[in-house]
Amino acid sequence: MASSIRVRATSNGDTTEVQALIQHPMDSGFVKDAKGEIIPPHFIQQLSFEYDGKPVFVADWGGGVSKDPYVKFAFKGGKKGDDLKVSWVDNKGATDTTTAKIQ
Amino acid sequence: MSAAIKAVLAASALLIATATCALAASEADYKAAYAAAEAANKEAGSLRNQWTTTASTLSAAKKAAEAGDFDAAVAKAKEAEALAKASIFQATSEKERWKDMEVR
Amino acid sequence: MTRCLAIRATIATLALGLLACAPAQAADTVDPAADKAAFQKFFTGKFPKLKLEDFVNGPYSMNEDLHRQWEEKEQFPPYEFSLEAGKEMFATPFKNGKTYADCFPNKGIGIRQNYPFFDEKEGKVVTLELALNRCREANGEAPFSYVKDDMAALTAYMAFTSRGKPMDIKIPNDPRALEAYQKGKEYFYTRRGQLNFSCATCHIQSPGERIRAEVLAPALGILNAMPIYRSEWSGMGTTSRRFTTCNSQIRGVPLNPQDDEYRNLEYYLSYVSNGLPISGPGARP
Repeated sequence: MASSIRVRATSNGDTTEVQALIQHPMDSGFVKDAKGEIIPPHFIQQLSFEYDGKPVFVADWGGGVSKDPYVKFAFKGGKKGDDLKVSWVDNKGATDTTTAKIQ
Repeated sequence: MSAAIKAVLAASALLIATATCALAASEADYKAAYAAAEAANKEAGSLRNQWTTTASTLSAAKKAAEAGDFDAAVAKAKEAEALAKASIFQATSEKERWKDMEVR
Repeated sequence: MTRCLAIRATIATLALGLLACAPAQAADTVDPAADKAAFQKFFTGKFPKLKLEDFVNGPYSMNEDLHRQWEEKEQFPPYEFSLEAGKEMFATPFKNGKTYADCFPNKGIGIRQNYPFFDEKEGKVVTLELALNRCREANGEAPFSYVKDDMAALTAYMAFTSRGKPMDIKIPNDPRALEAYQKGKEYFYTRRGQLNFSCATCHIQSPGERIRAEVLAPALGILNAMPIYRSEWSGMGTTSRRFTTCNSQIRGVPLNPQDDEYRNLEYYLSYVSNGLPISGPGARP
C-alpha cells in the first residue's frame, strides 16, 4: 500500500516551502450515510512536520478539516538534501509516517 | 422555461379547482387521481423524459394518503399528473425544437 | 380549461415557428465534419484569446483567478491517489491470469483518444467505460459501478497514458454510425427536466458564466478531461457520473449509465472535440 502522505519540500536557501497532501476520510461524525445512519467520527488529530529532530509545524486538527487535506507552509532554515519527517495520528489511533528529502 | 411555467400554472389551477370542492375527497378519489398521475408519468418514461419532481410529488401524495388525509393526497396526485403532462409536452415539442439551439 | 387553451396556443405558435424555419432546415442531411467545424468555430469565436487546446481545461481556461489556483493545485493534483490506484488495478491480473491489457489494442496504453468508437458488429457505440466492464465480464469478474471509485481510477490511468494525444473519433461509413451520431447530437440539444435545460443551455450558451459559485465549462473538449476529481463531490467521477448528475440537477430523472442515449451523446461530444488533446484525469472545483 502506497503511503497516505505526499510531500514536496523545496529550499530557496533561507526558507523551505513545504506542501503536503494526505489521504484520509476526515469524517466529522455529524454526517449521515444513505441509510440515515451516522458515519462515526474518523479524523486526523495531530499532524506534525519534523526537521532535524525538532517540530517545525504541528497542527491539531478536528472534524472540520476537509477530506484528503492539503497543507502548505514555509519555515526558516532547512538545507537541500536534508530529511523532513511527516506524521499524523487520527482519533482511532491509526498513524502514518513518511520522510521526504528537501529539494 | 415556458413548459416549466406552464406546469406551475397548470398545477395551481388544479389546486384551486380542488380547493373549491366542498365535499372531502375519498380514498377512491385519491386512487383514481394517483393512477392517472402514474399513467402520465409512465408515458413520460417511455419518452425518456421523467421529471424528478413528478416522482417526489407522487410519493408526497402516497404519504398523505397513508396518513388518511385524502384531500391533500388528491391535490398532490393531481399536481403530479400536471407535472408529468408538462414533461410529456416538453419531450414532444423538443422532437423538433432542439434544432433551434444547434450550432451551425 | 385555461391549461388546454395555453397548450393549444403554444402548439399553434410551434406550428408557425416550424413553418417559418422550414426552408432553412429543408436539407436535413447529417454532416459531422461540417458540424465539428462550426462547433469549434463557435467556441474560438466566442473566446478569441484562447488557443484551441486550452478548452480542455474547462472553467480554468475561462477565469484568471481560477487558473492561478489550478496551476498551484496541479503541483499536487487531487486525482493522484486515484491515478495510482488505477495503475495498480490495471497491472493486477484477473483470477484467470489475464489482464486488462489483453482486452485492448496496444495493451491499453495511449488509446483513450480513440474512445468511444462505433462497433460495426454490435451496431452501437462502445465507450471506454463499457469496454472496461465488458473486459471484466469476459474474464469472469463482476462489473464495476460506472460512476466512481474503481471505474474512475481505471479510466484515470488510461487517460493519463494518453495525455496530449489529440481526440480521434472516427465515424465509419455505416448509416447506423451516422444515426448514433445524430441521436447524440439531438440528445445534447434537447431540453429536459423541470428546469427545461439542455446540455447546450449551460455548455454552449453560457460557458465562462457563473452558475451559483461555479464557472461553467465549455462543451468543447469537456470530455477530454474525464474522469475528473470534483471538489464538490470530494471524489472522482466518470463521464457517466457527469451525465447522470447533469440530468438530475435540472430535475430530470437520469437514465442508467451507458444507456444508448448516453453512449450516443458521448460519441457526438467526443467527435466534435476531435483534434483537442486528452487532458484527463482532470481536477474541477
